[in-house]
Amino acid sequence: MLKKITMTVNGVKRTVEIDVRESLLDVLRDKLGLTSVKQGCGVGECGACAVLIDGVSINTCIYLASWADGKEIRTVEGLEQDGKLSSVQQAFVDGGAVQCGFCIPGFVISATELKEKKQSYSREEIRRALSGHLCRCTGYQKIVEATEKALEED
Amino acid sequence: MYDISTYEEATTIQEALQYLKENPSSKVIAAGSDVLIKIREGKMAGASLVSIIKIEELKKIEKDKDGNIHIGPLVNFTQLEEDPIIREHLPYLGQGGGTMGGPQLRNIASIGGNICNGATSADSGSTLVCLNAQLTLTSLDLERVVPIGEFYTGPGRVDLKAGELLTDIVILRQDYEGYVGKYTKFAQRKSMDIATIGCAVMMKLQGRVIEDFRLAYGVAAPTPVRCPVAEAYAKGLTLTKENARAIGEKALEDVSPRDSWRGSKAYREQLIKVLAERAIWELANGGGEQDA
Amino acid sequence: MEFTTIGKSVVRKDAAAKVTGKAKYTRDMEPKNMLHAKVLRSTITHGIVKHIDTSKAEAMEGVLKVLTPFNIPSGNFPTAGHPFSLDPAHQDIADRKALTDRVRFYGDEVAAVIAVDELTARKALKLIDVVYEELPFYLDAEEALKEGAVEIHEGSKNITGHNTYTVGDVDIRDAFAQADYIFEDVLEVQPVQHVQMENHVAYAYIEGNGRLVIVSSTQIPHIARRVVSQALNMPISNIRVIKPIIGGGFGNKQDVVVEPLVAVMTVMMNGQPVMYDMDREENISCTRTRHGVRFYMKTGVRKDGRFLAKELRAYGNGGAYAAHGHSIIGKIGGNFYRTYPAELATKYEGFTVYTNCSVAAAMRAYGIPQIAFATEAHVDNIAKEMNIDPIKLREMNMVKEGFKDKLSGVTINTCGLPDIVKKAKEYLHWDEKIKEYANQTGEIRRGVGMAIFSYPTATWPVALEIGGARIVMNQDGGVQLQMGATEIGQGAATVFSQMAAETIGIPYEKVNFEEFTDTDIAPFDTGAYASRQSYVGGKAVKKAALEVKDKLLTRASVLLSLEKGDLDTQDGQIIRKDNGQQVASVADIALDSYYNYHTADTIAADVTATVETNGIAFGGSAAEIEIDMRTGRIEFLKLINIHDSGTILNHMLAEGQVHGGMSMSLGYALSEVMLYDQKTGKPLNNNLLDYKLPTLMDTPSLDVSFVEPYEPTGPYGNKALGEPPTVPTAAAIRNAVLQATGVKVNVLPMNPQTLFEHFLDAGLIEEA
Repeated sequence: MLKKITMTVNGVKRTVEIDVRESLLDVLRDKLGLTSVKQGCGVGECGACAVLIDGVSINTCIYLASWADGKEIRTVEGLEQDGKLSSVQQAFVDGGAVQCGFCIPGFVISATELKEKKQSYSREEIRRALSGHLCRCTGYQKIVEATEKALEED
Repeated sequence: MYDISTYEEATTIQEALQYLKENPSSKVIAAGSDVLIKIREGKMAGASLVSIIKIEELKKIEKDKDGNIHIGPLVNFTQLEEDPIIREHLPYLGQGGGTMGGPQLRNIASIGGNICNGATSADSGSTLVCLNAQLTLTSLDLERVVPIGEFYTGPGRVDLKAGELLTDIVILRQDYEGYVGKYTKFAQRKSMDIATIGCAVMMKLQGRVIEDFRLAYGVAAPTPVRCPVAEAYAKGLTLTKENARAIGEKALEDVSPRDSWRGSKAYREQLIKVLAERAIWELANGGGEQDA
Repeated sequence: MEFTTIGKSVVRKDAAAKVTGKAKYTRDMEPKNMLHAKVLRSTITHGIVKHIDTSKAEAMEGVLKVLTPFNIPSGNFPTAGHPFSLDPAHQDIADRKALTDRVRFYGDEVAAVIAVDELTARKALKLIDVVYEELPFYLDAEEALKEGAVEIHEGSKNITGHNTYTVGDVDIRDAFAQADYIFEDVLEVQPVQHVQMENHVAYAYIEGNGRLVIVSSTQIPHIARRVVSQALNMPISNIRVIKPIIGGGFGNKQDVVVEPLVAVMTVMMNGQPVMYDMDREENISCTRTRHGVRFYMKTGVRKDGRFLAKELRAYGNGGAYAAHGHSIIGKIGGNFYRTYPAELATKYEGFTVYTNCSVAAAMRAYGIPQIAFATEAHVDNIAKEMNIDPIKLREMNMVKEGFKDKLSGVTINTCGLPDIVKKAKEYLHWDEKIKEYANQTGEIRRGVGMAIFSYPTATWPVALEIGGARIVMNQDGGVQLQMGATEIGQGAATVFSQMAAETIGIPYEKVNFEEFTDTDIAPFDTGAYASRQSYVGGKAVKKAALEVKDKLLTRASVLLSLEKGDLDTQDGQIIRKDNGQQVASVADIALDSYYNYHTADTIAADVTATVETNGIAFGGSAAEIEIDMRTGRIEFLKLINIHDSGTILNHMLAEGQVHGGMSMSLGYALSEVMLYDQKTGKPLNNNLLDYKLPTLMDTPSLDVSFVEPYEPTGPYGNKALGEPPTVPTAAAIRNAVLQATGVKVNVLPMNPQTLFEHFLDAGLIEEA
């Protein structure tokens, strides 16, 4: 059951032949080599596979690739600009928010969604906005702190 | 890769109905957070799917000239929570939906999907039951309107016939105007969890007297249920702590929670009582969410 | 001790790679011609496979091979991430095969399919018919020990291991006879799971030269290599194990879980690469767990509160296979004796018991979360009964500096407990709060509680402690650091780099640590467990770095015609010791070592260090909580862990470790448990919705503090830190519940329903 879809992936228009049974996770990882998109559970309960779809953080393990036709997809591979990490990425690095790192692309994606909304958030709102991602290493503390810091910067 | 045997993708209601008619055994997939999981588990492995997520006309929230509010079944929970019409008139519905799953799930999972999978734990379910939501079910041959209370027919079962699609969720003006409301979800975790008990309370107050009262629960019975006994008991009562407590206790006559490894009957009954009592008391004291 | 790089919060070596997706985990590197495997897991809990019909699966398009216990080349092998023992009596029990016809738990590995893709393999599994003969099963350790219970492993009487000891100058009965009071508690902790975010995943292939290569998400590459050699009866030199970046382990990958199976598979596929990537559901219920343990604890106390005699019987539910054998329940015994040494005598008896639950093995802190919960709850129960301040009771009885452990022979050189307790008291405003929260009656009650622990660093004297390090200096004065010790997310790469930089005298940025541990390249080390690496591996790095520094200064002294003894290194420069003057750069000397026409001899060191010491680490936790009496929900007002792990090598990373440990302990305290259907033995909650790992919203703001005595046996004054953070928090929360309500909760988890039931039993609330 093959089908061609066209999506903008990290700023580049890509036409990909997919199997309609594939999740977007499958296609991003296996066809486009975007391995930051991690599979932690396959059922939308961990958040490790989240990417930005038209600017909104969504779990790709339970998102059919076919739905991405015509969408703008962004992963953490596309956040660096001119060799510089994005403010969210930099805050995660500097703030010690990263340990094993498996959940981190997902957190960076959801934090980036917040950052791009250009609103101000209380710590409680940040916590809620990131609460769709599980992490076993960090107790979330430094992830929240790093996100808060990234949101404070212009 | 999912074990799917056929897949059609509709972009209009008409197209979807056509596909459903052509292949009556096919299942509707909305945002997928239920259907894809069931396919992976094996419960729906090999399913024929009709995807409706690209039907833009099902993603709107509107208030008609009569003041009835129409919620498109593909409205996702983030949209529901942030929508100005919902915020103005049904804030407790948005707030309740905001307790469902986690943010990435709410960014896509739809209110229609939440209703049609028939789960008693659906976080929009008890509020919609309280609101007496009217569901428009459309097939190529027929369109019918069913109150949500009748739509739920059993655990995981709904009155959706082959070839039918949920096309509108209507909250009638008389069902929301003048009410204050609150949804309380009690789950083991505060995010990404299913309710141990979900409790929706709506009240219309005349000073300190309860003029109208609606109460519904999720996970207190095989489907989300209203509480006629407690509602009748509450009407006309003055708001006191004792009365709030008494109403909560009365609700036990309306429900039939079960013992499972996820929670005991006794514990669920405790929550049924406490959540209603506290919600009533909070609403009585200006808390909760109200129709502005 | 003055350090330049040690102790600094330098940024992790791999952080940028991990926020950009450049970090490559096992699944991210698959070769293009990969085959995929899925495992058929038993749908009974205990029994025998009588027959397997694979014909329909084999006939399916896309299926290349169906493996059964009857057609694979796998012998028995042990799985524990322990060093090999030369003494056959001390070797780990070799009770597993890559697939089994004897089912011992629900989900045991019965068959496997190799196919062109995962979906095909998954579908083919459904076409395999298995006929079982069922046997009675046991989910409870003491049930499995009953007379007449069917043996899960033949000849075992369902005992994996058993040990008993008595220490003290007085007979244990006499010691209890001298006590003014005797307190007894039955305490129980539940089995829980690691839930590292990356599931177990491995793939294997055979290179053109006939060597087997396994790429695996493991904490123990060198041990995995040895075990695969045992399983396939293949020379160890023919096997190469590569560990890429790994997405967490917490002990679950301190067992050899998937490597023998993928090795068998590629052998059967003529060396074509085969991958096995576990589903989350399999990972939760079919890999390893933390032992559930039931404790029968008894303490004889003098009127003044001093513990005179202590006795403990512990039953550890080891699940279906030996894995780590009796090591964990054995370690519980050592800890029971050490943290609060009794004045007269201590007696311990521990059992590790085979049951038909998921296999229990190593999970962060190896038995100590269990015993610490039991001990700390018991101590608070005693304090309550005797009406003594629980902190005072601790101060009176806890172990002190200079204590010589009669079981292990280890002497405690440094002990931060007095400072830890002091900090905890200040943090909580203990004296005021304990009064303020006495005798509450409302729906919402508050309480304060604390707990302490002791924790060995690495495994000496129980096991061998050996670690290797290789340092090669590059032309520009930077270095390559290669180790068998593994980075698993804890920050090993970073702190080892700090150590090398510190000792060689170069900037941290000039150290490159190879995070992929490749047994062809990495020096021997047994891997990441027992909070051992910064202590054992650290000693190896220091030894190698000192050698490199010595070679550097030797060359510099010849080149500069200066006395070697007058020279030192500092921040990448060669300096004169007397006036600090820079006389050359390390880079100048390094370049010379490569290209000097006459004396070229690159600067490198390749060393092994062994450790025959143990610096005992300490810590504690303090909690202030609020309980909703009617729902049983706990909210946190304040929560801190305070650790004595000796010198803190990197404060930012250390805080992160502590936060993670606290979060894991919160789950242990309040929500996590492996549940089984009592009628069928089937796991009930092996998914991330039903297994209640704390989410961000469940995790309060976490505070961390350190006391830092310089531990003389640590290479940089350091002691264990990786595991200890997950030890004390659960007990501190439990003790706060006791203080708030007067209710002794002697079981975990204290989820809302459990607390509701306890409060109901205590008559604190009315029934619905």
